[in-house]
Amino acid sequence: MLYAIETNRITKRFGGVAAVSNVSLSIPQGELFGLLGPNGAGKTTLINMLSTMTDPSDGGARVWGFDVVADAHLVRQSIGVVFQDITLDERLTGRENLEIHGRLYGLEGRVRRRRIEDLLALVDLTDRADSLVKTYSGGMLRRLQIARGFVHNPHILFLDEPTLGLDPQTRMHIWEYIKVLTEEEGVTIVLTTHYLEEADHLCDRVAIIDHGEIVAIDTPEALKSQLGGDVITLEVEDPADITRLRALCEGNGFERVVSRGSSAVSMAVRDGERKIPHALNLASGAGIPILSVSLHKPALDDVFLHHTGRTLRDKETGDTGNHGRSGTRPTRRR
Amino acid sequence: MMAMRSMNAVYAMWLSEMLRFWRSKSRIIGALSTPLTFLIFLGPGLSSGFQFQGGGALDLSFFAPGFIAMSVLFASLFAGGTVVWEKESGLLKEILIAPINRFFVALGKAAGGVTIALIQGTSLLVFAGLVGVRYVSGPGVLAGLLVMAVSGIGFIGLAVALASWIESPEGFQMIMSFVAMPLVLLSGAFFPISGLPPWLGVLVSMNPLTYSVEALRWCLLGSSVIPITMSSAVITLFAFCMLLLGGKYFGRIRVQ
Repeated sequence: MLYAIETNRITKRFGGVAAVSNVSLSIPQGELFGLLGPNGAGKTTLINMLSTMTDPSDGGARVWGFDVVADAHLVRQSIGVVFQDITLDERLTGRENLEIHGRLYGLEGRVRRRRIEDLLALVDLTDRADSLVKTYSGGMLRRLQIARGFVHNPHILFLDEPTLGLDPQTRMHIWEYIKVLTEEEGVTIVLTTHYLEEADHLCDRVAIIDHGEIVAIDTPEALKSQLGGDVITLEVEDPADITRLRALCEGNGFERVVSRGSSAVSMAVRDGERKIPHALNLASGAGIPILSVSLHKPALDDVFLHHTGRTLRDKETGDTGNHGRSGTRPTRRR
Repeated sequence: MMAMRSMNAVYAMWLSEMLRFWRSKSRIIGALSTPLTFLIFLGPGLSSGFQFQGGGALDLSFFAPGFIAMSVLFASLFAGGTVVWEKESGLLKEILIAPINRFFVALGKAAGGVTIALIQGTSLLVFAGLVGVRYVSGPGVLAGLLVMAVSGIGFIGLAVALASWIESPEGFQMIMSFVAMPLVLLSGAFFPISGLPPWLGVLVSMNPLTYSVEALRWCLLGSSVIPITMSSAVITLFAFCMLLLGGKYFGRIRVQ
């Protein structure tokens, strides 16, 4: 078996709307694979199909060599799922939560206790293992939930938005835990996120998913280098000038020109420092006042912008999206 | 291997029910206090006012089996009903994604519920004994425990079916009070079922709790209006049907 996961034009429709549409992916064993996309892009729906919780409407997938519909039971024996909402029992202690999970997956006594001890240590919860989960902070809940996903030694672990709703500092801690666990365990990991930094920081390969379709797939570095060396962003004074500025730049040797938000235009270039004067001359020649200019190395946000015409952050604040219903539910604390 | 695994899963579900029960003292107190209050106040209050038509006295002993059955009913409905909260909170997803046949998940939950129902029923049984209820025999008390367990399975099955079917915890609470109230009132826990007006008699005879109460009376006190063969047959059949129904609806829960 070459691939831990292979999907073949897998599709899920809710009513008439395709939440996931014709996705074909191959994820090799041991990879930390990221699905990056805005809320409602279809990430969770894809995970739900791969973890046998939802049947595909069309197409299919093999997970650890087993068909997700015909061999659902065997798929379940091979995977672990860490859900995006907290599904811990807050009336039990951290250790008890892992104990119940281990028993549910048939781990024998001594092996189970040892395993739980090791995992609690890995996520730094040994001290709090015997406190009730309802006393845990948001970051501790996530750590415990992620550790639980590893208890039964799954071949493949799905992490659905593992840092959703956490503050940046806690998020970075969780990344470290995920890295350590992945290295220690040698598991294939599929992670969904709508945080670019997360995909960039953690993943071996990233698929950008939008409106249920994969629009780009590669290593973060390769995705970024597709855009050339630099990104120039011109912020205009009057948003009405945007269209004109775009056309102007496109007509004068700039490529990959896109609007960024409502009052800026970005373009990917080589030798950015040398292109800035040219861009500014074009703008002032056309009488378009420019407020600011910035030059940066392409980030995944630029890649996303390039492939979808929107930034991920636009998506988060503005467009609520009507594509599928896989979107993010608020994390519930019970 | 499979069997071992399934038993492990049943035990895991049972264990988590037990741990939760043990942790929520308010639930223990709440579940015991209602029937206990009935036993302490309503029992003596009612018995002072009534006389059997035949002349026998209505005393505390007459009411004790009814209150015990009532406590088993409440405990079972509550235990089965936890499914609706687990569905809402997402806890059930984590359980149902495990490579375990749902039947064993449901079985473990039912085992946990029955244990809790038995703990509560037995506490009440002991308490009633302390305040003067005389049980006919040791074997009778043991048979009474069996009646509690079988009745418990029936009501847990019913609650699991309703909880799997109903979407919101609020809706479930509504339905529960709607189900529990008539079950208790029409069971003969509070009145002798002989010589009832025909319309009431019909309702009482259609109520599964009636047979639990009657079977308990027979086991604990040595006499009942409904013959033990019939009451035990009815509660067994009820438990069997409700277990199937609960299993069916539990199997239909979609998680995503």
